[in-house]
Amino acid sequence: MTTSPVQRIVGAVWHHRLFWPVVALIVLLLACQINSPGFLSIDVRNGALFGQPIDILRTAATPLLLALGMALVIATAGIDLSVGAVMAISLAVSLTYLQGSASAGEVPTVMAAVALGIGVALLCGMFNGFLVSVLGIQPFIATMILMVAGRGIAMLITQAQITTVTSAPFKFIGSGSVFGLPTPVVIAAVVFVIVAVIVRRTALGMMLESIGINREASRLAGVNSRGITWFAYALAGVLAGLAGIVYGAPTMAADANNIGLMKEMDAIMCVVLGGTLLSGGKFYLSGTVIGALILTTIERAVIIFHLPSQITPLFKAIVIIAVCIAQSPELRTWLHKAGGRMRTKTPPSAPSTTASTSSADDPRKEVAVS
Amino acid sequence: MFRTFSKRAGLLAAATVSALALASCSQGASGDGGSGDSDTIRVGFSQLGAESGWRTANTESVKASLTEDAGFDLTFVDAQQKQENQIKALRDFIDQDVDVIAFSPVIETGWDEVLQDIKDSGIPVVLVDRTVTTTVEDPYVTWIGADFRLEGEMAGEWVAENHPDAKIFQLQGTLGSGAQVDREEGFEAAVGADAIIGEATGNFTRAEGKVAVEAALQAYPDMDMIFAHNDDMGLGAVEAIEAAGLTPGEDIKIVTVDAVRDGLQALKDGKFNYVVECNPVFGDQLAELIKQVVAEEDVPLETVVVDKTFDQSITQEELDARLY
Repeated sequence: MTTSPVQRIVGAVWHHRLFWPVVALIVLLLACQINSPGFLSIDVRNGALFGQPIDILRTAATPLLLALGMALVIATAGIDLSVGAVMAISLAVSLTYLQGSASAGEVPTVMAAVALGIGVALLCGMFNGFLVSVLGIQPFIATMILMVAGRGIAMLITQAQITTVTSAPFKFIGSGSVFGLPTPVVIAAVVFVIVAVIVRRTALGMMLESIGINREASRLAGVNSRGITWFAYALAGVLAGLAGIVYGAPTMAADANNIGLMKEMDAIMCVVLGGTLLSGGKFYLSGTVIGALILTTIERAVIIFHLPSQITPLFKAIVIIAVCIAQSPELRTWLHKAGGRMRTKTPPSAPSTTASTSSADDPRKEVAVS
Repeated sequence: MFRTFSKRAGLLAAATVSALALASCSQGASGDGGSGDSDTIRVGFSQLGAESGWRTANTESVKASLTEDAGFDLTFVDAQQKQENQIKALRDFIDQDVDVIAFSPVIETGWDEVLQDIKDSGIPVVLVDRTVTTTVEDPYVTWIGADFRLEGEMAGEWVAENHPDAKIFQLQGTLGSGAQVDREEGFEAAVGADAIIGEATGNFTRAEGKVAVEAALQAYPDMDMIFAHNDDMGLGAVEAIEAAGLTPGEDIKIVTVDAVRDGLQALKDGKFNYVVECNPVFGDQLAELIKQVVAEEDVPLETVVVDKTFDQSITQEELDARLY
């Protein structure tokens, strides 16, 4: 019995780890379109693309920025619970700086404010990384310190007030558009490409994964596990800082109590929806993008379906459970065995040998140092 | 050698952590300044916390009104949103034998024992902003605060009068909070449930209000009015409406509750249409009430803080007078 190329491609797509997340996303989008005709249409208003899909992309930019950093941290078998609080800190720093500046409407001032906010976020990430990689504190506990204290720090910076500023260039970061696309989408896309190139075109990604699989073995094999873990947390901090600025820019209000509240959970959810295991050792950047899009679409779909907001958490839970069950390796193996008499060649554990949807997920990662 | 280093560093980190923890909870808990002066009224005030700009304005108003010059000796304790802190503060007030105890209860229940103790000690209680549910009879002499339901009603009455055919999308506050439940109830009673074509929560924040309205513009194409449970969400709605190429205040009218400075600015700019105040600055009314209680005059069981309403005829002076 031989398999035809068509069969092989179908099998590869079916077994691709992103198959079910992508299906869930498409089903959600189509359901919205059926419920509310015109949902998927995009037109040009005020020289920029406008429409629900564009809104979804723009809203997804924040969880995506958080989740990209989170994915790398999770790859090292860690976790970063502080990203939501770091969002609040960086936005508080940026807006407080702008508020105190006489030229808040000028581009250089705004660039300085953003640099300052991201700089402080980097410090937060370095602090997390120091606790985890140098002092060996468990990531959950180490990052919980900033998760709890971070909001207090942001409150101190804003003096417990909601700092508001008016600055056109700063606002542009959140609600402007570049080549017709919302600025946050462009920022998220650029960051995605940079992160993907850094971790997948160098050995860094493989090292991150090797640390996640066995920290001690990687160290003995010559991987600078301390430095690389530290780097992952620092990067997560920087991206969280950027996310805070992108999230807060449209409204320009540093509400230390609420900015980024529970966003660490959203970030973890995006990473998990994208097929990355919390146990570390493997991570998927393109899957994380799909995860962020699913999360954002779910939240929007609740309103489109005219459902009361009380349902949102339940609705999220149902979609996530469905995707996770569909992704379960046990279930897939079982299904494969059930259909095993039909196919003889494609083993279930090698899904990405064909039809890899993104160059970011280089097949090289399959060869992990262990 | 590395072992000792990491041990020491661990200690250092632990010290840093505890320092951070201390720093984050060092606000509040002011000392007790009991003076035996018989002319001054000794008041113990237990504030529930500092969770919002509204609360901060409220605290400042109370502190500004219950001053020594006005004849008060105020002991102010911030409970940081924990009931046990608040009960402890109330017991301290009993021990200090203050003249009046005032507090904003962090939750409604669980006060039976401490309220009974206060009652036994004969100290009158003034409840501020929130109420309690208790088995103790006559647990307090008076309550002063805002009436969320009335705020919703006032907003609804304006809509019913000026835009009776409005198709309203309701932007709810954090689900289950008193402000959300009561404002919604009052508003719906005034406009009728049929006028509200849809609703979603924006968690009292600008960013989430914006996202909810973006989706609502698609889901409810015939809506022409938004009722937001606070100004911040209304400001988020303005963003979303403008991004869709519509004019807030005209194509889609906006009615909100709170009347913080930014909200009134939007009203002046014609982006909001009507704003109902939720007034935190009632320290002077509280001071007056406490004086009456100490003088053993008859006081009403409930004092609803006067909430003003504003429409687009708001003046620059009114706007400038807004401090929060």
